[in-house]
Amino acid sequence: MERIRERVIQIYGNLVSLLQKCIFCILSVGPIPNHIAFIMDGNRRFAKKCKLMEGAGHKVGFSALMSMLKYCYEFGVRYVTVYAFSIENFKRSPEEVQSLMDLMLKKIEEILKKQSIVNRYGVRVIFSGNLKLLSEPVRLAAERAMLATAKNSKAVLSICVAYTSTNEIMHAVQESCEEKWDEITLLNSSGAGYGLISLGGYEQDEMDHLIKLTDIEKHMYMAAAPDPDIIIRTSGETRLSNFLLWQSANCYLYSPSVLWPEIGFRQFLWAILNFQQIHFYLDKLRKQS
Amino acid sequence: MLSLRFAIPTANTLTPPKIKPKPGLVVQTAWNQTDLFPSLPKRNDYKLQAATTDLSVAGDIPAEEVVELPAELSRELMPKHVAVIMDGNGRWARQRGLATSAGHEAGVKALRELVELCCQWGIQVLTVFAFSYENWIRPKVEVDFLMSLFERALKSEVESLSRGGIRISVIGDSTKLPTSLQKLINEVEETTKHNSRLQLIVAVSYSGKYDVVQACRSIAEKAKDGQIQLDDINESLIEQELETNCTEHPYPDLLIRTSGELRVSNFLLWQLAYTELFFAQELWPDFRKDEFVDALSSYQQRQRRYGGRH
Repeated sequence: MERIRERVIQIYGNLVSLLQKCIFCILSVGPIPNHIAFIMDGNRRFAKKCKLMEGAGHKVGFSALMSMLKYCYEFGVRYVTVYAFSIENFKRSPEEVQSLMDLMLKKIEEILKKQSIVNRYGVRVIFSGNLKLLSEPVRLAAERAMLATAKNSKAVLSICVAYTSTNEIMHAVQESCEEKWDEITLLNSSGAGYGLISLGGYEQDEMDHLIKLTDIEKHMYMAAAPDPDIIIRTSGETRLSNFLLWQSANCYLYSPSVLWPEIGFRQFLWAILNFQQIHFYLDKLRKQS
Repeated sequence: MLSLRFAIPTANTLTPPKIKPKPGLVVQTAWNQTDLFPSLPKRNDYKLQAATTDLSVAGDIPAEEVVELPAELSRELMPKHVAVIMDGNGRWARQRGLATSAGHEAGVKALRELVELCCQWGIQVLTVFAFSYENWIRPKVEVDFLMSLFERALKSEVESLSRGGIRISVIGDSTKLPTSLQKLINEVEETTKHNSRLQLIVAVSYSGKYDVVQACRSIAEKAKDGQIQLDDINESLIEQELETNCTEHPYPDLLIRTSGELRVSNFLLWQLAYTELFFAQELWPDFRKDEFVDALSSYQQRQRRYGGRH
């Protein structure tokens, strides 16, 4: 009896997989998003709703993340970014922050194992954010993970930890200023710096030596990935919460009302369909800017 | 079940647009106000004509008066700063078989109504995205029309805005604007700079990314002059250098984008960090008091956590 039940479940699982693959085939006739970003909101509300223990919501959320990653990589999305931990989240209770850090540490170790999703799909893992704010064991684990997956090149997973967009922009501004400062000091000392910075107003060609948009962009934590095509925030809240503000200038924002641990294939499908509807117009806008 | 808080606007492409029949070109600004609030001054109807509209309206913005809010709103939860992306003028005009210019003119009327409502309901700052840096590539005819529309609107409105206690600030790259418009903007900003009832920030030739780049450049300048050290660069320093430093509340509490498009389009990127976003289905000229009340009541029901716990 048990064996028949298991067999039925297995057949059902295979059918569902096959159906998903068929749907992906049909969808790939249209444009495939290059980069999808997720704001994983609603874990604590899910735990409260299902009367689970503290921290259990995040564990269920992690398996939801794994299935969303599977859909993304199977469909052919090259870059996926997730908002794991904001700098503002450090203000939460120390127990909650500690349990999140422990969960992150445990999951980073799991990711590096052989059968994990990272190795199956050839994913390079990047941790974006101000990693200096993390505790030593988490930071070291993150750096180990980045090193171990550096050679993978089929897809990229950016995990934003200790990240806020304003911090990222400020850091990029700081680095650009330092870089220009070093450049100008070097030129000045070698005698070629005259005319680069005039005392009064600036001429047009001198403006070119000042900091440009591209200078700031190359110092962003997220410089390794292109701008996202879709940002999905679960739990129905429509705000960006200091996530990818710079990169979301022309990006499609989707906010389903399901909580993060409840997200599934349906929401993924809906996001892709709507992305494909407005893709050509957004692409044209992006090329113009 | 798949339940979406903000429905994807399939109406734009799959179903024909619902056109509200309008008799001729008459546009009423406060058509429902007389029903709900009979004590408020009535607005006169006025005809809308493309490119030759006299933009001065019969009524002024009422001076300080205590106005009752609609039942679903509460004064304590009113946002201090509302930002609006006024999208949909072109589509509105196309739906009615009019020229795009008529759409923009209708848009100005809707904006005027919104300014009055903000004054009455205690909102302190209203930022509107009038013209993006990316809009310069539109056809020259449309761009020239928009520039002349701005000039005409400013000239005709400056007196009533002054009387209404409204301060106007303009942000964006003004070097690309016609010289006459630049001069007019400086004059209007100077004339209204002491007003304090509402600050109306108009973003013309504005791009969120370039706002940050120019802040970065001025910080670099200051560092070069020795006014600050590179280590002093922090988020509040950047905030002070952004173009929204003309106001005490540079971060919008609520961003409304009309016409059902679900994106931010390079408007106020830094300042939108914790802003509640509201996407309205209506096109901008159709965004009136009822729709604004919907947006505000949706805002007032949200729980803002700023990354912490409730």
